[in-house]
Amino acid sequence: MLPVNSLSNVLHELAVMNRFLADNIAQRNRSNRQFQWLIITGSVITVIPIFLIVGNLAVKGYRQINAAFFTEAAPDTFQAMTAAVNGEVIPGGIANGLTGSLLMVLAASLIAIPLGLMAGIYLYENGSTRYARFIRSLTEILQGVPSIILGIIAYLWVVRNITRGYSGLAGSMALTVMMLPLIIRSTEETMKMIPVAIREAAFALGVPYYKMIIRVMIPVSLSGLATGVLLALSRILGETAPLMLTALGSPAVTLDITKPVSAVPLLIWDFYNDPNMVNLVWSASLFLMVFVLSLNLISRSFSAKHKYI
Amino acid sequence: MNGDRVTKAILFGSSLAILILSAGIVVSLTGGAIPAFKEFGLGFITSSTWNPTTGSEEYGALPFIAGTVMTSLIALIICIPMAFSASLFIAEYYRGTRMAGILRSLVDMLAGVPSIVYGFWGFYALRPLLVKTGLTDQGFGIFTASVILAIMIVPYATSLSSEIISMVPSELKEAAYSLGATRREVIFNVVIPAARSGIVASFILALGRALGETMAVTMLIGNSNIIPTGLFSPGNTMASVIANQFGEADGLKMSALIAIGLLLFAITAIVNAAGKFIIKRFA
Repeated sequence: MLPVNSLSNVLHELAVMNRFLADNIAQRNRSNRQFQWLIITGSVITVIPIFLIVGNLAVKGYRQINAAFFTEAAPDTFQAMTAAVNGEVIPGGIANGLTGSLLMVLAASLIAIPLGLMAGIYLYENGSTRYARFIRSLTEILQGVPSIILGIIAYLWVVRNITRGYSGLAGSMALTVMMLPLIIRSTEETMKMIPVAIREAAFALGVPYYKMIIRVMIPVSLSGLATGVLLALSRILGETAPLMLTALGSPAVTLDITKPVSAVPLLIWDFYNDPNMVNLVWSASLFLMVFVLSLNLISRSFSAKHKYI
Repeated sequence: MNGDRVTKAILFGSSLAILILSAGIVVSLTGGAIPAFKEFGLGFITSSTWNPTTGSEEYGALPFIAGTVMTSLIALIICIPMAFSASLFIAEYYRGTRMAGILRSLVDMLAGVPSIVYGFWGFYALRPLLVKTGLTDQGFGIFTASVILAIMIVPYATSLSSEIISMVPSELKEAAYSLGATRREVIFNVVIPAARSGIVASFILALGRALGETMAVTMLIGNSNIIPTGLFSPGNTMASVIANQFGEADGLKMSALIAIGLLLFAITAIVNAAGKFIIKRFA
């Protein structure tokens, strides 16, 4: 049996502990709540810029977006200045950029999509061999290469040796190299989701290998592949840096890929460097951003559907 | 079958294209950089002189290496609390709710904005704000560029971090809750330790993005070829000096710019490889 004074000691201890625990849990709950609010505030701050950017561009850019914006080439600085002095909407538009972007992206897609598809299927089929692992690492490295370096490469290879001067071809080569790793990775990831039974069924029927790829594997994974392609397109459509070193830009609509051509982001850069054209930069940026973001959203809706298959 | 062999050969050939492309990039960059390295030796990396005057040409990459490292690291520091909050919001606090989905889409949208639009927006919206604070006269410089860079890399860090955080086994978290831990305690004592290497890797990969970003930085950093003297000092990064000067360059100057490109290529490749290695090894 415990001595009396010892018992009172224990009771005292318990009381102290109780108070300590009570205080402590209140304090712990408080810091728990504070931390949650910190996280919520931090998250809100993180997404504020997207609202500011979209809002700013929409408010300042919508005035210039009209029919001429899509059908006429960029104005020269004098036309822009006159319009600015008279408080009018700047004449002209971004038609030369639109056609140039379209031309280069189309040319890049023509090479990057089939090549990336085939390389992706190769990696899927030979997944664990040493060579395939090596190629996969190279693809990852390629994906991380800053786009400006691909501009230098396209300059050294195409501008210097093939077209002997700045050209749309050089620009599309840089864009091709940007697209390739994205297509390869998405192809391989998508193919991995195809049930093996489907492939085996095709093989059991004696279907040749190429037919199995074209008639079974690609159709089954079509929505996944489309997601990859659209994401790759949305990435390269906004690229400026490599095009500055390769396609250079052109004041008129050109469809000759061996000559310098313009692109929407290149036009934004030109407008940006000309104080008279500020209003056009807002509109061109608004257009480019809305276009790229919609491609992004469409591709995501594809991939959301894909998940339920 | 014969046809199958042809198909396999074609597939193999397309994988070979990746190999040739990668080798070609390294060979061309190295080949283009040789004249500069021959002229200046390793001093090219440690010299801070950038003098394109004909006759007394001298090129050193140090100002640009310093500019790249400074902007990227400051961007990373700004990015960490933002991406960390957003990934806890998405993968822990509001996991699986509509709120988390909305926040995730908004963060993803940040990744979709083209670099040049960021640069332009930074020039017309962010720069005047910084001028108003009185910390800087013109608003150009390391800090302005870093803030925009931070916004640009947040989505990359967030998407990977939130994925890693959502993979922490709920048994671990439930065990901690059953011992009476609060949510904050679970996050700090269970979730973060379990996801630590993945979170670190996501920030390394985001850093890799920041290192090579060109247009937005070019438009905001002030483009002066000096080693930045402070947070608000103008400077130049490796990518921005290439963007600014490649067009009018030839001879030794072009070689120097290609050499800077080679260095940038090596740095980003190493940083990305480190990030991927940590993910594969630990996560």
